[in-house]
Amino acid sequence: MRTITYREAINEALAEEMRRDPEVFLIGEDLADPFGGSYKVTKGLSTEFGCDRVRNTPISEAGLAGAAVGAAMAGMRPVAEIMYIDFTGCCFDAIVNQAAKIHYMSGGQVQVPVVFRTQQGSGRSSAAQHAQSWEAIFAHIPGLKVVMPATPYDAKGMLKTAIRDNDPVMFIEHKLLYGVKGEVPEEEYTVPFGKAEVRKEGKDITLIASLRMVDFALEAADKLKADGIDAEVIDLRSIVPLDKDTIISSIKKTGRLAIAQEAVERCGFASEIATLAMELAFDYLDAPVKRICATNTPVAFAPALEDFIIPNTEKIYSAVKEMF
Amino acid sequence: MKSFKGIPKSVLTDMYTQMEKIRQFELKSVDLYQVGELPGFLHSCLGQEAAAVGVVAALKETDYIVTTHRGHGHVIAKGAELNRMMAELYAKEDGYCRGKGGSMHIMDRTKNILGANGIVGQGTTLATGAGLAAQLRGTDQVSVAFFGDGAQNEGFFHESMNMASIWNLPVIFACENNMYAESTCQTYHMRPDDIAERAKGYGVTSYIADGNDVIDVYLKACEAVKQCRNGDGPVLIESKTYRWLGHYVGDPGVYRPDGEVALWKSDEKEPMHQFREQMIKNEIFTKSELDKIQNDVADMIISAVEFGRNSKPLPPESALEDVYIEGLL
Repeated sequence: MRTITYREAINEALAEEMRRDPEVFLIGEDLADPFGGSYKVTKGLSTEFGCDRVRNTPISEAGLAGAAVGAAMAGMRPVAEIMYIDFTGCCFDAIVNQAAKIHYMSGGQVQVPVVFRTQQGSGRSSAAQHAQSWEAIFAHIPGLKVVMPATPYDAKGMLKTAIRDNDPVMFIEHKLLYGVKGEVPEEEYTVPFGKAEVRKEGKDITLIASLRMVDFALEAADKLKADGIDAEVIDLRSIVPLDKDTIISSIKKTGRLAIAQEAVERCGFASEIATLAMELAFDYLDAPVKRICATNTPVAFAPALEDFIIPNTEKIYSAVKEMF
Repeated sequence: MKSFKGIPKSVLTDMYTQMEKIRQFELKSVDLYQVGELPGFLHSCLGQEAAAVGVVAALKETDYIVTTHRGHGHVIAKGAELNRMMAELYAKEDGYCRGKGGSMHIMDRTKNILGANGIVGQGTTLATGAGLAAQLRGTDQVSVAFFGDGAQNEGFFHESMNMASIWNLPVIFACENNMYAESTCQTYHMRPDDIAERAKGYGVTSYIADGNDVIDVYLKACEAVKQCRNGDGPVLIESKTYRWLGHYVGDPGVYRPDGEVALWKSDEKEPMHQFREQMIKNEIFTKSELDKIQNDVADMIISAVEFGRNSKPLPPESALEDVYIEGLL
């Protein structure tokens, strides 16, 4: 099978959905050619579809996110790019008070089929306002779906699902995955929400991750093998909806649970998974649950400090090893 | 009052009927709220009837509106059913939002009423998006954002005006300047005297209307609609009006100078009185014709209250519906 990058996979999903449905359009800052997006994800699209449907906006996150919600209420399928998840602070209301609640507040009359594409994560010395991981903030809001693809295959298939979905979707990419290559078929496919992927089967511990932490977890699992520990690595793929069945049956099989998370530890999504394990698999746990998360600090600029803050393969490996 | 020459009698009839519906719906809901029949908040638009009706009378059914926490008038003018509105205020099953919205969130998707909204100013971005949808689809629809003088100090308004302007969107920014942002008077909360001034900075056409003269508002809205349908939008209309009650029912409005409310309720300023007097004087309507409209509306209000009261209570577990389209996640 051919291999393409995560960036190219997202670009293909956007192009294919725009060809398929004239109601799909893109709105965001600096999307159009020749610039083609801050992370070049939308390169070529304004050339193919024109600058009406690949709509460059002023630097106005509140305005563009609200306009995307309004267009979705009028029946269009906007894909709004918020350049960094950190900038959703400027348009939080459009996402959490408008998109998330309009279907509910209208008693089911009005649908809001909007996708907010954004990217998060550290690893580039981007410092405290360009490197956060905010999935838990959005997962906390009823009405939003929250998706976090870790591979080019999932990025393409889940973005197509997101665009066709009639609920609002937070589609969270990772800035350090854009250049990662993976197998993506040429033919049409979609990937459903709410199905976690077991990236590596194992019998001794359930190790849960998403986005960039998936690769770290797999590397850690490799190292653990040498210590005789057979880890099962689960990539959540979407956190709302969450595939509780896959998580819980894995815990019942392995008896141990560790969660790797790039976001800060306090009130992160790892805590939600830990609670579910308590509620649904308490009797199967042979050790306390372990969270491997960022420190409860902002993300620092200096590479050495950033490395200290963010989980990596080594930290996951040693944390898991301590559980045995 | 501006000349109504050339406006068909059917339009004038509709304007008066809508103003009566709003006035009587508001008076009744305030009463019901004060005796404890309705839960939640109530933000009355009493006194602002002409500003709502004048704009909506210039629209087609397919045009979009987005309104505010003080939105009963706009949605009534756009054709929302009084029965379902009242049932929503009663938090009953037949309410527009099936008890999930209440006074601040009444929507009717079938009439392109994209909803009242509880976040001050955000309606301007939503209306801008609906206007963008109309432009992308190549329809001749216009999208109207109703908002108050308070909302135009929100960033939402400024970002929306700028985007609508650079893209020539068919959006009407319909500001009802009722002189108070909650308790803060306009002379304190902004430097220029007129909100219409704001439009200049964005290269947007603006009009100032006497918001208590439905004809003045209507004529300016017709101009605005024409510009928008011709691809020359957006347009800002500032309707200068007055909120009779406090910010919410129960706010005594102690921040207003003595005599101000009485002045705005006087025959000279009060929108319904002005309209009736001119219509009778110019022999467009007889007094009995207008009285009949008023009485017919009174009957509608009685029926709406009956309907709301008698609508079934909502099963508590219906709280779990409509979070997502296909059930709870």
